[in-house]
Amino acid sequence: MFGKLTWAAIPIDQPIPMIASGVVALAILAILAWVVIKGHLPYLWHEWITSVDHKRIGVMYTLLAMVMLLRGFADAIMMRAQQSVAFHSQGFLPPEHYDQIFSAHGTIMIFFVAMPFVIGLMNLVVPLQLGVRDVAFPTLNSVGFWLTATGALLVNISLVVGEFARTGWLPYPPLSELAYSPGVGVDYYLWSLQIAGVGTLVSGINLVTTVLKVRTRGMTYLRMPMFCWTALATNLLIVAAFPILTATLAMLLLDRYLGFHFFTNDGGGNMMMFMNLIWAWGHPEVYILVLPAFGIFSEVVSTFSGKPLFGYRSMVLATMAICVISFMVWLHHFFTMGAGPDVNAIFGIASMIIAVPTGVKIYNWLFTMYGGRVRFETPLLWSIGFMVTFIIGGLTGVLLAVPPADFVLHNSLFLVAHFHNVIIGGVLFGAFAGYTYWFPKAFGFKLHEGLGQAAFWCWQVGFYVAFMPLYAVGLLGMTRRMQHYDVPEWHPWLIVAGFGAALILCGIVFQILQLVVSIRQRARLADKTGDPWDGRSLEWATSSPPPVFNFAVLPDVSGEDAFWRIKKRAAEGTVSDEKPEYRDIEMPRNSPTGFVCAFFATMMGFALIWHIWWMVAAGAIGAFATFIVFAWRDHDEYVIPADEVARIDRSSNAQRQAILSAQAAR
Amino acid sequence: MSNAHHELDDCIDLAPGDEHVEGGIGQRVIGYLTGLGLAILLTATSFFVAGTDLVWQPSIPVALIVLAIAQMGVHLVFFLHITTGPDNTNNVLALAFGVLIVFLVIGGSLWIMANLNHNMMPMDEIMQMQR
Repeated sequence: MFGKLTWAAIPIDQPIPMIASGVVALAILAILAWVVIKGHLPYLWHEWITSVDHKRIGVMYTLLAMVMLLRGFADAIMMRAQQSVAFHSQGFLPPEHYDQIFSAHGTIMIFFVAMPFVIGLMNLVVPLQLGVRDVAFPTLNSVGFWLTATGALLVNISLVVGEFARTGWLPYPPLSELAYSPGVGVDYYLWSLQIAGVGTLVSGINLVTTVLKVRTRGMTYLRMPMFCWTALATNLLIVAAFPILTATLAMLLLDRYLGFHFFTNDGGGNMMMFMNLIWAWGHPEVYILVLPAFGIFSEVVSTFSGKPLFGYRSMVLATMAICVISFMVWLHHFFTMGAGPDVNAIFGIASMIIAVPTGVKIYNWLFTMYGGRVRFETPLLWSIGFMVTFIIGGLTGVLLAVPPADFVLHNSLFLVAHFHNVIIGGVLFGAFAGYTYWFPKAFGFKLHEGLGQAAFWCWQVGFYVAFMPLYAVGLLGMTRRMQHYDVPEWHPWLIVAGFGAALILCGIVFQILQLVVSIRQRARLADKTGDPWDGRSLEWATSSPPPVFNFAVLPDVSGEDAFWRIKKRAAEGTVSDEKPEYRDIEMPRNSPTGFVCAFFATMMGFALIWHIWWMVAAGAIGAFATFIVFAWRDHDEYVIPADEVARIDRSSNAQRQAILSAQAAR
Repeated sequence: MSNAHHELDDCIDLAPGDEHVEGGIGQRVIGYLTGLGLAILLTATSFFVAGTDLVWQPSIPVALIVLAIAQMGVHLVFFLHITTGPDNTNNVLALAFGVLIVFLVIGGSLWIMANLNHNMMPMDEIMQMQR
């Protein structure tokens, strides 16, 4: 009846996961109870859960990322604490638990923190920057989000029911094959990523189509803000690379479920093929994560320097070059696998070449700041912190791209320090910069500046204290994923790294505090003009938060930095007095399709993990039926009458005018 | 101002894969039927060539590759409507990007795995080669 699922699946004998999941379950129950008792449930259902508004979906993606960041960080600080104390001792985490923690940490941080964070920001901002009312496929967007959430849910269920993979964030065979990992851990990993991967793929298709086909009048390719370009490149990479991941994991699933021999030791399998394929996805993946961050830094540096982006066209070229070259370097993840010197040399050189367009970008940001009127607010601090940190991470990356050096450093903590250096310093700092920068656009009030700066400094200093020691122990020969060790030289470094993680914890506490304080002081921090940072692109041309239709009248673009030009013309007084002509606006109806589909996907995923075949069938039929119902819908749009549009637009314009004239009078 | 927006709304923007077709439904059906006919012809030829004695045997794999590529062309033109029309730039570029990625990943994998197999050959086979 219930396949492999029995009461023994719940790890009652292990205090850490039980206490952690107990606290989380209590917190979720408390929030649910509060929502139901206060009567917020209908609001949540109608305005958020079933929403197909790109802004709301973007916010939900970002929220998912931030909640999962807490989970991933809890894993991180446990690992740092374990390695600080596990000198000549077993520490407090038994090996099988430690192995699950580092696997869950990597999986969560990449797939359920970094990915939803950048996708959320792209969802929120790209249609606004393009000057349009929505993405190309609004309901598909909702489906994509909820499928991603399904994956995150399955990973977290593994904490209470069963176990998670012990195979690292990429499940290398033969360890991940049934013979060596007979439990459900690897299955949790595989099914949650398969389901979330479908979500990522549809969101990629959606955003590519949006950038290519849905732009406002006059928004030619070379007038798009840099963030739209990097979003285009990222989503092209998603569309090209995620099918490789899905196919590779599907082959591993066939090995595990149906006795195939793609990657097994026997029966003609070749586990090296798994490394090859997974990294053919894995290397584009790191650029999928970092390119949107590059776009965010471009927007932030340009806005806070009060200057157009230096070398816009070279930036576009560098972005698209990275987009193509990122598919030509994947072997550098397994130089030591046994390829010959010719293959290693060519991929090593390609890996060094891809640093060139990234270097171009760094110089462009520096020259954008040079001679500008630079305002050192939180988003710019994250950007400067990024430039310094990312250069260090990039240089150690170029070092690792030299095959002989890689033979020494492969699988050591030097490597771990390198990729945290680029992912924290690049992706996460970028996500935080974008979060601070676009928060007022999404919610209508700014985040508290002082607490934001405190969080930045804790993260920045904490990062160096936590990860520079890892470079050192890596050079001292410490390999990654060690549950305990007996080398006295490593111990002090790992204690320092533990303190660094504690500093980062302070940064996270400040960020939570910042959110709470900002919500409480939202009246004081309110942004009534829609343009709190003196912005340059079209998202600042509408009110904060934007109305559901984004723009009452779609803007007409005549060059780069579209909103900057509009403001300049207004200041020169050359704007025509012609009243805008409002027309009826058709907007897509909200739809529970995404949520219902994800509900059945969760059911199916859980059933597949535990071999509950009747439930697999029920989930599959349910998801397909949801699709059929959606495909045969009759009314998918509603009309906002022109009078209503005019009323909303005039009131926000009046508010903006009042503030601008008050400023002028001062 | 108002004119501009009428233009924006009225301009016929086609979704990827859509085709702006002059002529009625009959013409489009004929297009699909032509494609179907060509596809069946190419499939039948492939099966015929694979088992025939009529051609020089080593040329059969080459013939199959040619027929397969022609099959892809038929699908792209008649079913996926890749044309050289002005609204098709995106589709053509997407196709080119896809072909490039497929080439890189498949070609790269073949090269990497062949090189690896050569380098990681079991010791007795290396001995045999040296003998």
